[in-house]
Amino acid sequence: MKALRYLIPLAVFAALVGFFAVGLTRDPHEVPSPFIGKPAPAFKLARLHEGDQTFGPEEMRGKVWLLNVWSSWCVSCRVEHPLLVEMSRDHLVPIVGLDYKDKREDGLQWLSRHGNPYLLSACDDEGKVGIDYGVYGVPETFVIDKQGIIRYKQIGPITPEALEKTILPLVKRLNG
Amino acid sequence: MIPELGHFALVVAFALAVAQAALSFTGAATGRRALMGTSRSIAVGQFLFVAAAFAALAYSFVTSDFSVANVVEHSNSKLPLRYRFAATWGSHEGSMLLWAFMLGAWTFAVSIFSRHLPERMLSRVLGVMGLVSAGFLLFILLTSDPFQRLIPAAEEGRDLNPLLQDPGMVVHPPMLYMGYVGFSVAFAFAITALLEGRLDAAWARWSRPWTTAAWSFLTIGIMMGSAWSYYVLGWGGWWFWDPVENASFMPWLAGTALIHSLAVTEKRGTFRSWTVLLAIVAFSLSLVGTFLVRSGVLTSVHAFATDPRRGIYILLFLVVVVGGSLGLFAWRAPRVGLGGGFEPVSRESMLLANNVLLIVALAAVLLGTLYPLFLDALNLGKISVGPPYFDAVFYPIMAPAVFLMAVGPVASWKRARLPDLWVRLRWALGVAVAAALVLPFVLGRWSALIAFSLWLGLWVVTATAAHVVQRLRTSPQPTLGGKLRAQSLSWYGMTFAHLGVAVFIFGVTIVKGYETERDLRMAPGDHTQVGGYDFEFVGTKQVPGPNYTAVQAEFDVRRVGSAAIVRRLYPQKRDYPVAQQTMTEAAIDTGFVRDLYVSLGEPVQGDAWGVRVYHKPFVDWIWGGCMMMALGGLLALSDRRYRLRRAAAVPKGALAQALTP
Amino acid sequence: MRIALAALLTAFCALAFGQADEVAHPDPRVEKRLKDLGEELRCLVCQNQTIADSAAPLALDLRNEIRTMIKQGKTDDEIRAYLVHRYGDFVLYRPPLKPTTVLLWGGPFALLVAGFATVVVVVRRRRQVVPAPLPASDPSRASIAALLDSDAAPAQKKKKKR
Repeated sequence: MKALRYLIPLAVFAALVGFFAVGLTRDPHEVPSPFIGKPAPAFKLARLHEGDQTFGPEEMRGKVWLLNVWSSWCVSCRVEHPLLVEMSRDHLVPIVGLDYKDKREDGLQWLSRHGNPYLLSACDDEGKVGIDYGVYGVPETFVIDKQGIIRYKQIGPITPEALEKTILPLVKRLNG
Repeated sequence: MIPELGHFALVVAFALAVAQAALSFTGAATGRRALMGTSRSIAVGQFLFVAAAFAALAYSFVTSDFSVANVVEHSNSKLPLRYRFAATWGSHEGSMLLWAFMLGAWTFAVSIFSRHLPERMLSRVLGVMGLVSAGFLLFILLTSDPFQRLIPAAEEGRDLNPLLQDPGMVVHPPMLYMGYVGFSVAFAFAITALLEGRLDAAWARWSRPWTTAAWSFLTIGIMMGSAWSYYVLGWGGWWFWDPVENASFMPWLAGTALIHSLAVTEKRGTFRSWTVLLAIVAFSLSLVGTFLVRSGVLTSVHAFATDPRRGIYILLFLVVVVGGSLGLFAWRAPRVGLGGGFEPVSRESMLLANNVLLIVALAAVLLGTLYPLFLDALNLGKISVGPPYFDAVFYPIMAPAVFLMAVGPVASWKRARLPDLWVRLRWALGVAVAAALVLPFVLGRWSALIAFSLWLGLWVVTATAAHVVQRLRTSPQPTLGGKLRAQSLSWYGMTFAHLGVAVFIFGVTIVKGYETERDLRMAPGDHTQVGGYDFEFVGTKQVPGPNYTAVQAEFDVRRVGSAAIVRRLYPQKRDYPVAQQTMTEAAIDTGFVRDLYVSLGEPVQGDAWGVRVYHKPFVDWIWGGCMMMALGGLLALSDRRYRLRRAAAVPKGALAQALTP
Repeated sequence: MRIALAALLTAFCALAFGQADEVAHPDPRVEKRLKDLGEELRCLVCQNQTIADSAAPLALDLRNEIRTMIKQGKTDDEIRAYLVHRYGDFVLYRPPLKPTTVLLWGGPFALLVAGFATVVVVVRRRRQVVPAPLPASDPSRASIAALLDSDAAPAQKKKKKR
């Protein structure tokens, strides 16, 4: 029927509205990590507290662990830090810190003031490891499994909701 | 007190807008003149109350009333007066009120300038505009109230974003909104035509000046946005295909197609349903743009602070207004009829091709802008679509449109003959090709792309010149003066606007092809050479401002090889303590054939600074061309035939239609 | 908190200037390649600027990384691959051609073809509506038709009042 073509604009608009509606539930600023399901990139960095020793992710093989990117100049890190401290007190999952683009003294001071939930922290003062992990903001947290594969990336501070609904169930599942 | 009065005025305006819609439609449906007669006065009343609300907010800003939350967020007592005033629309809430104010102003204009319209039609037009106003006012009242109080009042405001403390802020948003909102008039006319099931050349004649006016304002608004970002942001760029820029450009493309389609409908009575659809699309794109910018669905440097609640409301509003009008279109457009025929080679067919190309370009921009959203919504990953895509896709689509734009005026309506066109235009074509081949050498370096672009611009100039010559030659007037006076303002407008496109093309092509820049560290006493000019960094000094402190550098510019100083440039680095922002204020020497542009970066060791120096040939032709287009539009709409009284209103198209079976 | 974040972002998302000041002795060829590459890469912090223009610390770090890679002799494709490996396709302002972007890159061309087809169809249909040309022997009709075909404004107001 010839009159059907007059419906085309309405049909196109309806499709657009559908996308807009879904778009309202998304965050266009979030950049998902291309590392999900891929091995955590290797590195060797000096430790924050034991400055003469180094750390690399291969040392955590066989365990499910979190790599938390933090910094003393990062304002949002203060928001999630109490949660991390609580997690470490309850021994929920080992957390390794990556002190990103920070001076050693500043990092040490910040941890002594706000609490140290980390098994250890590695000093990424130049930010190169951050780049290798695709870090673009602080804080960010990676959930890494026993084989060293990245399973999840939390962009921004860990919220209680993300912890309960996503991270802890995932850790439990990965632990088998 | 004043803010509360402003809020109250908004509520009254909303009620009046609802009444305007209800009474107008009822009156038109039942034919009761009493009801229809009220629509004009109610429209005026609605405008007055919205204006009062706007005035109340502006007053709060100008007097720095820090008990109003919006004023605290976006203003400061040390802000100069003109920026305190402009800060009225520096926020989401304020700019929505500006939208509503513009809508009221256009409604007011329609109600007083449309005495020659049949009563029923005017009633319906005002009714549609009343509905749209009601929707906007309700949105403001429910989600974006600019009059919220801050109790206890703050002592000082947080200052307007330094990037906005510029004359551009005073002019750009109002012009832009005049354009966006102005398309609501064309929209209202289109809806009315669908409701009445009748669309003739008279309808086109009535809606054409409104549409052209809106289009001209939108052209100026976009142009100002581009020029402003050029001289304020300091990266020397003037268009980034940012989602918000695209959101203003798409209605412009639709509007351009619409004014040309209206020309055909007015003169020949054809393209009717196409014109109606374009009118709906142009205003719909204005609304979609509003959604994109305020809902948080896309990232943009322009985006206002977002709130999903606002996004949902605007989306619902879109569904009702756009969905409703497109539904009405699907239902009633077949009734509107097709109109006369035309040959494959004719002005109509060229305008049709031109329109189709503009719509394809619009669709391409829409596709690129929304594609990241499409993929994300379908969980197919996140991508970015930026200038490389848009540049690659836009120019090939627009090139044939520009080519045809120059041929169109030379072709006759209904039936043109290719051999005739060839005879009329062959010299123009030859001259354009020859000049395009030679010019790049003159300008500095040859490139096929530059030559092609220049040819397009030159072609527009030569073909338009050929058309002007032909027009004057065939005029029956004896003297040149007489011939010139005999031509209509509408024709002058078209010619001037088309030449503006050529000027724009020259600006874009030459600046992109031949601009040079140096990005380097300079200490006092250092020289650098760009574009045949020598720039000497003399030194810096501290300069205080009303709400900032600045470091001002002096650059002495000379032509290479000469000792005489051509110009002294004073770029600044400003520190705004309240907003805690640092901004760079570029120094630009504006010239007819080039801009010299210097901006300061960061201080480096010692007293050296990071500096960017640009030579931008013909860059001001970009905005000059846009101004020519806008002026052409304003000329065209002042044509005498739009100012005729009701009694004389028999359009030329009616006679053509009478003669065409 | 959000205000602090917003302030931090606006502080970063100014423009980077004197990029050459990041390097003690800038090599113009390296800087040119950096500029060309950087202008098509998206800054992940200030997401509405290119990596070439952004003042964000991450952008600075990435510019230095790219300089190193250029000096190591890596090609443009290799450098882009390095960034995409870490940040995904989001970092490219020129979307790569993949199955998911076929519609994006092919769309405008398809629309152009569709538009052309529309013009052809409409013109063909309207051609049939064109009446037989007016007989040239009828002077009054021909002159009226000629008058209509021209766009000249009405010479006198009187002619319009009918």
